[in-house]
Amino acid sequence: MSDLAVSLPAGTGSIGLEASGPRGPKPRHVFSRRNIFLYGTLILVALYYLLPLYVMVVTSLKGMPEIRLGNIFSPPLEITFEPWVKAWSSACTGLNCDGLSRGFWNSVRITIPSVILSIAIASVNGYALANWRFKGADTFFVILIVGAFIPYQVMIYPIVIILREIGLYGSLSGLVIVHSIFGMPILTLLFRNYFSSMPEELFRAARVDGAGFWGIYFRIMLPMSLPIFVVAIILQVTGIWNDFLFGVVYTRPDTYPMTVQLNNIVNSVQGVKEYNVNMAATILTGLVPLVVYFVSGKLFVRGIAAGAVKG
Amino acid sequence: MSKSERPNQLFRNLNAKVASIPMVLTAVVIFVGGSAWTVLYSFTNSKLLPRLNFVGLDQYYRLWSTPRWLVSIENLLVYGVLSLVFSLVIGFVLAALLDQKIRFEDTFRTIFLYPFALSFIVTGLVWQWLLNPEFGIQGVVRGLGWESFNFDPLYNSDIVIYGILIAALWQGTGLIMCLMLAGLRGIDEDIWKAARVDGIPTLKTYLFIIIPMMRPVFITALVIIAAGIVKVYDLVVAQTSGGPGIASEVPAKYVYDYMFFAQNLGQGFAASTMMLLSVVVVIVPWAYLEFGGKKRV
Repeated sequence: MSDLAVSLPAGTGSIGLEASGPRGPKPRHVFSRRNIFLYGTLILVALYYLLPLYVMVVTSLKGMPEIRLGNIFSPPLEITFEPWVKAWSSACTGLNCDGLSRGFWNSVRITIPSVILSIAIASVNGYALANWRFKGADTFFVILIVGAFIPYQVMIYPIVIILREIGLYGSLSGLVIVHSIFGMPILTLLFRNYFSSMPEELFRAARVDGAGFWGIYFRIMLPMSLPIFVVAIILQVTGIWNDFLFGVVYTRPDTYPMTVQLNNIVNSVQGVKEYNVNMAATILTGLVPLVVYFVSGKLFVRGIAAGAVKG
Repeated sequence: MSKSERPNQLFRNLNAKVASIPMVLTAVVIFVGGSAWTVLYSFTNSKLLPRLNFVGLDQYYRLWSTPRWLVSIENLLVYGVLSLVFSLVIGFVLAALLDQKIRFEDTFRTIFLYPFALSFIVTGLVWQWLLNPEFGIQGVVRGLGWESFNFDPLYNSDIVIYGILIAALWQGTGLIMCLMLAGLRGIDEDIWKAARVDGIPTLKTYLFIIIPMMRPVFITALVIIAAGIVKVYDLVVAQTSGGPGIASEVPAKYVYDYMFFAQNLGQGFAASTMMLLSVVVVIVPWAYLEFGGKKRV
């Protein structure tokens, strides 16, 4: 009782104050201590995150004499694009001297079919799991998801044997198959969850109208789920482009993807280290996923969030 | 009666079954079959080619008496624990800072996340350059007049793993931040209001109310980070190639080198089986907690 008596006047007081005073939240000063701390921290951290990118770009635009003299943070005195040209067309890997261009085109020839194949397989799989459950399907799905956590090192050698048996070891098509296999768990999960969230009535109505498995997939599911396809494409393009392990295991030196070639150029022990060429090569390799990232914006975040969230 | 029904059962839903063939093959042949194959052959003395010549646990005895493997395990433990702790802490703090209704949130988030789009090879090479003792951070600081400044993790075997950790955190914390931010956004505004009404300080609200509520997000983040830790390979290859000496070797690199360079397949299989075992120890309890209770996955 006494509690109530004490708290009541305070409550009424504040209500009265609000009614008479200005409405809305209390305006904050731009330079309050809180804001200085908040933005100061964020800007410092942002600078830290940007620093490597800045150093990469700056180094790649300097000549070697300038690098030997100056410090890595100073902007170039004379801008030169020669390192970029050299990185692209004539940097040496120890085996050949035709630069990153070969690796770039290999990566393109690996990434495009891998993205298409893996998404085609996984979307149909996800669709079957969401709408056409059959006995045992969930068991395989669980194996698939749990399998995603098995370290690749456990499975790389058996796959070498399988690919050798079917004559695809060392070829780009072999690598495409490997990427489709290891992309399957996450993509199947993505598509299964998306298709499961679509209204069941839609599917039933199509069934009543006599549409079959493929009819519903191509005429209803596919057109209605373009956003998730974009997310999957973003996920796969960056993932496959950035892959190193599969590239180095399943291809030969003349079909090495860009990441492997980049590593061979930079960590090659022969000759004088040309840091500017190395950094230009590094940027060139990072450029494709970076462009995908900056262009796709929020969808990229959605893609990785979707990839991260469990089923 | 039952005879006429059986083909009917099998062919029911035939299209879905046909469409699932790639998934079934991947799950059974690659994931289960491949793992079983590797485990089986880890008990053999396969050298250049896999042979079923069983030698019991010999490969494992040899593995655990190889200094390089012991260094790899030690590195993985140090790297693993530190990257787990720092990723979660940094990721959460950044997310909490971004969640203060600040301006330019999208810009900051874009900056924190962009390294995640880059490959480990690119990350490793950039940080190799930044940590170059002659021209990198150490050189610059010395150039400013602090002659005795020492910061050369990549050339000092005692601290090389921290050099790799710096690069890994730079690359990966953005993802954890994004997960945490999504988690923070998912918390009801009323919780905050209630905490404010009760006069609980912000820090305490985060520690005792918000973080416990974000348990699922933390578990997801934990699983993602843990899975990444075991797989760490490209970063080490690019940044140090395992050097100086064997100071920054990791298990994944041990496996690869023994399988494809040393032509000692049995050792590679035994090492990869140990990796599998470590994952099983982490994943099985998690999967049991996540899926064990529910009937439908």
